[in-house]
Amino acid sequence: MTALLEMRGISKVFPGVRALDNVSLTVEAGEIHAICGENGAGKSTLMKVLSGVYPHGSYEGEILYAGAPLACRNIRDSEDRGIIIIHQELALVPLLSIAENLFLGNEVAKRGVINWAEAFQKTESLLRKVGLTEAPTTRVEKLGVGKQQLIEIAKALAKDVKLLILDEPTAALQENDSQKLLDLMLELKAQGVTQIIISHKLNEIGRVADRITIIRDGAAVSTLDKADISEDRIIRDMVGRDMAHRYPDRSPQIGETLMEVKGWNVWHPDQKDRQMIRDANFHVRRGEIVGIAGLMGAGRTELAMSLFGRSYGRNISGSVTMGGKPADTSTVARAIDAGLAYVTEDRKVLGLVLEEPIVRNITLANLMGVATNGVLSLRRETQVAEEYRRAMNIRTPNVMQKVVNLSGGNQQKVVLSKWLFTDPQVLILDEPTRGIDVGAKFEIYGIMNDLAAQGRGVVMISSEMPELLGMCDRIYVMNEGRLVGELSRAEASQERIMALILQSEGKAA
Amino acid sequence: MSDTKGIGGHLGNHLRENGMLMALVAIVLFFVLIVRVFEGVDFLSAQNITNLFLQNSYVIIMALGMLLVIVAGHIDLSVGSVVGFTGAVAAVLTVNLDWPVWAVVPACLFVGLMIGAAQGYWVAYWRIPSFIVTLAGMLVFRGLTLWLLAGQNIGPFPKSFQSLSTGFIPDMFGVDKPNMTAIVLVCAAALAIVIMGWRSRARDAEFGMMPEPMTIFVIRNLVVAAALIFVGYKLASFRGLPNVVVILTVLTVLYAFFTENMTAGRRIYALGGNEKAAKLSGIKTERLVFLTFCNMGVLAALAGMIVAARLNSSTPKAGGGFELDVIAAVFIGGASMSGGVGKILGAVVGALIMGVMNNGMSIMGIGIDYQQVIKGLVLLAAVIFDVYNKSK
Repeated sequence: MTALLEMRGISKVFPGVRALDNVSLTVEAGEIHAICGENGAGKSTLMKVLSGVYPHGSYEGEILYAGAPLACRNIRDSEDRGIIIIHQELALVPLLSIAENLFLGNEVAKRGVINWAEAFQKTESLLRKVGLTEAPTTRVEKLGVGKQQLIEIAKALAKDVKLLILDEPTAALQENDSQKLLDLMLELKAQGVTQIIISHKLNEIGRVADRITIIRDGAAVSTLDKADISEDRIIRDMVGRDMAHRYPDRSPQIGETLMEVKGWNVWHPDQKDRQMIRDANFHVRRGEIVGIAGLMGAGRTELAMSLFGRSYGRNISGSVTMGGKPADTSTVARAIDAGLAYVTEDRKVLGLVLEEPIVRNITLANLMGVATNGVLSLRRETQVAEEYRRAMNIRTPNVMQKVVNLSGGNQQKVVLSKWLFTDPQVLILDEPTRGIDVGAKFEIYGIMNDLAAQGRGVVMISSEMPELLGMCDRIYVMNEGRLVGELSRAEASQERIMALILQSEGKAA
Repeated sequence: MSDTKGIGGHLGNHLRENGMLMALVAIVLFFVLIVRVFEGVDFLSAQNITNLFLQNSYVIIMALGMLLVIVAGHIDLSVGSVVGFTGAVAAVLTVNLDWPVWAVVPACLFVGLMIGAAQGYWVAYWRIPSFIVTLAGMLVFRGLTLWLLAGQNIGPFPKSFQSLSTGFIPDMFGVDKPNMTAIVLVCAAALAIVIMGWRSRARDAEFGMMPEPMTIFVIRNLVVAAALIFVGYKLASFRGLPNVVVILTVLTVLYAFFTENMTAGRRIYALGGNEKAAKLSGIKTERLVFLTFCNMGVLAALAGMIVAARLNSSTPKAGGGFELDVIAAVFIGGASMSGGVGKILGAVVGALIMGVMNNGMSIMGIGIDYQQVIKGLVLLAAVIFDVYNKSK
């Protein structure tokens, strides 16, 4: 094998920060090379150097590509050489068709006049390559995230890609879409497309990668061959410490029932005859961490949001009791008063006011807690925020920083602080560790354990089964809007959860 | 060494807040010089300062309400027409129907409240874009103004109504020249500003936030206090504090307190910054938007009466184009088009910048054509400055 790409001694300095420190990376022609590292380790910066986002001259070191030096002035240069990045945030135009998206900026045209017949033909052959059967005229907004990801890859193929870089491609995908994507990567590899994948998900890396480079604090720590890849080793190199225990220890002290939901039914907000939640019954006890497992679209978020002040759905029926008494959760404010808190899965869109400082985000759901007669005590507010900053270990110089500048893990801690300040009895955490690096995940788990130890009830919704198995005392399994099973910690395993999901499939008439 | 670096760093971080204040000072000094050289007139004469406030009070008053509307992520294009309409209502009630002032003022404010509620209802509860609703309102209330006045001017107003705009606070100390009441009030205000600034600085320091370097703190407060006392002295040596200045100072303080220190104000910022997150935090976003428009309606009605009182008659054209001055003032003052960002004091400074430019250019005899061009460019420059600052 020969090296397609060699990056030698790359260093990149931002004012005050050395983002990359003498990093070398070799990618062989035809391999899938994984890059691993915590958030902020420098993975993205390295890829931006490669693709010309940071032009030649703004960094130190040299890049050899296909045997010749590479000096990109911009992204266009790197794309012309066949280097294409697919970013985590998809760059498709939702209201345009698949064909229009595939050739956006690269239209099949002569003197500005588009040849639609040829464009559709090319689109169809590209879609076949990525395993899609949609019509080229389908609008992109009609496709799920998984298929949109495949469209992005088709778009790269349209540009005659030689080196494809995928930045956390499965972060927003559910299990079977992820599998399809990984299969496609292996297929492209067979066709000779060299690929770099940036990912947090160690099982995926193990499946597709030939070699893996681990980056920590702006330096390449190690490059492992497939034979040497093990999760423990990767984690050790990523965080620089041995993580024998990926989930912090805890001895549960489970008490009486805190919250009980009975006969919960929810219909879709727009499609009148579509029932999203069917007869859900569950309970949470004091000091308990309860998991809700299920595939994407199983209705877990819908269940949680409909419980939390009817923030989702219509024609909601069923009863909620908190501490044995009927609870009014008909508006968000009342649900908060009843002792319920919901930590959203989408913290940037639903959880935080990004342009506001940490302090204002933390007190937002309980402004009354720092005010008398509607007048805020800015001093008390700052004190409260400072306490949470210390208790949660939010890494920031002070609480006046805007949350938009924080990393994913620290943002999540701000959202958690916000809900803790409402002093809830029961917290529903929806994908609390999504998009968070390994170290911060461990901290979030610790916080969850503390909450349970304080006698609160914790409900954890997660798509990562190992995390549910590692954290929860009890796990409900959800599928097609129904709770289809309940497993104790001792009974639960990935196989049993999947079995419950598959056995219930299609029985929801 | 470290001190100078601190000053530089701080100015960099707070360029916007201090920048607009400096721009205002610079524009005033510019006109002082130009007007002195070319027209031989004192720009900062007692009479002209009084005029400045009388001419621009309506923009400042409405900018307070518009700031809330814009922070909430909306816009109100109807305020100019509402000024015209409420002025017309005031004229009909006072002149044609002989209502006393004490009844006319609350009646007009109530009309404004209803207009704000009517528009806010569609924006808040039906989610009709505020641009559309208030564009419709702009046409509707201009039309209703014409209808109510039957195309005529109605006036003059009785003295008691005129005093809304052209009245002055009498001297309670019996000195009269200069007006001691004015001087005492202004000095008290300057002192209050310094004390409040000092306390907020102490709080920052206590919580480990980079406090404003002492040098800047002292300079800024000296400039502000000196400017205030200077303006107060000039006013005092002419006819005293105009009623309007008292009204808009009180309103500015109230609204600044509301936005910075009250839960409802804080919630408007959260709503404008991220409506969904605000909603999921238990905030009744619809009601807040509704109330924000109600408030705007009341302030527009107040401005309408002040404008009518100043002109001493209601005209079908009154308030035409005011909405643009008001919106421009808020954006010059640093508010963001996408909502969630903006300060009351910024909006007031923005309105003063517009006012000083209007006044200065008029004294220099610059035609209305060039005035519009220059005002437009200033608005554009202020916003470009913002965007550039953010992208840095």
